[in-house]
Amino acid sequence: MNEQILGLLTGVAFGFLLQKGRVLRFDKQVAAMRLKDMTILKFMLAAILVGTVGLHLLAHFDVMAFKHKPMNLGAVGLGGILFGAGWAVMGFCPGTSVGALGEGRWHAVFAIVGMLVGAAVYAELYPFFKRTVLAWKDFGPIGLPETLSLSAWLVIALFWAICLALFAWFEKKRL
Amino acid sequence: MKWKTDDNGWNPYVAGAMAGILAIASVLATTKILGRTNYLGASTTFVRAAALLQRPVARERVAAGEYYTETKIRVDWQFMVVVGIFLGALLSSLTDGSLRAEAVPPTWSRRFGPGVGKRAIGAILGGIVAMVGARMADGCPSGHGLSGMMQLSVSGFVALAFFFGTGIVVARLVYGGRNHE
Repeated sequence: MNEQILGLLTGVAFGFLLQKGRVLRFDKQVAAMRLKDMTILKFMLAAILVGTVGLHLLAHFDVMAFKHKPMNLGAVGLGGILFGAGWAVMGFCPGTSVGALGEGRWHAVFAIVGMLVGAAVYAELYPFFKRTVLAWKDFGPIGLPETLSLSAWLVIALFWAICLALFAWFEKKRL
Repeated sequence: MKWKTDDNGWNPYVAGAMAGILAIASVLATTKILGRTNYLGASTTFVRAAALLQRPVARERVAAGEYYTETKIRVDWQFMVVVGIFLGALLSSLTDGSLRAEAVPPTWSRRFGPGVGKRAIGAILGGIVAMVGARMADGCPSGHGLSGMMQLSVSGFVALAFFFGTGIVVARLVYGGRNHE
């Protein structure tokens, strides 16, 4: 199977689940940021909890290796702040914007146009960012278990425990 | 715990867990079929799409751009994942009756009125800032959030904390607090 067909099939399945989980909506995304309805966080954390076990099993049996994105302090810090601010106003993230368009919320077109312009702006400013923000401090591609000197399975167990407690609290508060 | 939500969707924990299984299957499939491991993500596709759209009018500028050169402009696996998300959402909403033509989202309308113009300006400006941030951080809630945190990447946890932390503050300023309707 070629790369594009595999990507398309994966995307269709992903988009289907995102839509069924009702996480593509502007209102759900903003409601999570206003701490009123945690649907998107439930979806995301449930996916991560299941995914982390599977991926660590695959890595454990050397089926594949992890590809950590670099922990570049300026990039992740400032980039994260800019993303969070834009996300709150736009009400979509990159993946959900195209999905929202798929379920008829055509105003997502404006968000998509904005993000395409943003990508071009970033490409123009990249040489400047490379000399400044991206050059501040890079810890490289690091994983939590090595950083904490703990076994990956222990970190996963702790992560599960914290998320399950959070889920119980969401349900109790009807968030 | 209910299997269906009030808006006829699937329980978000169940749909999310299935997305987790999909993420594992996708890592396995790309490793076995393509010979290299790909993780789910979305924001790099916007860089490639922006370059492809700019090419007809500014071919040399795109070719000379350092970021575009490093990103390798082509319709790759992730590009098709993003196209697929559109089709999958269309398929799901068509078959369960949740497809709706919506010009302005209700939350926005309550705060800023039903005008499409204001929504367009907000979404475009928000989109520009968000995408500059996502590319600077090297990922969005899919790449850093889902794929990064599944691998227990430090950058994934830190990025999601910044995304959400800033989102909470800005959403409060823009739409009011949780008790403010």
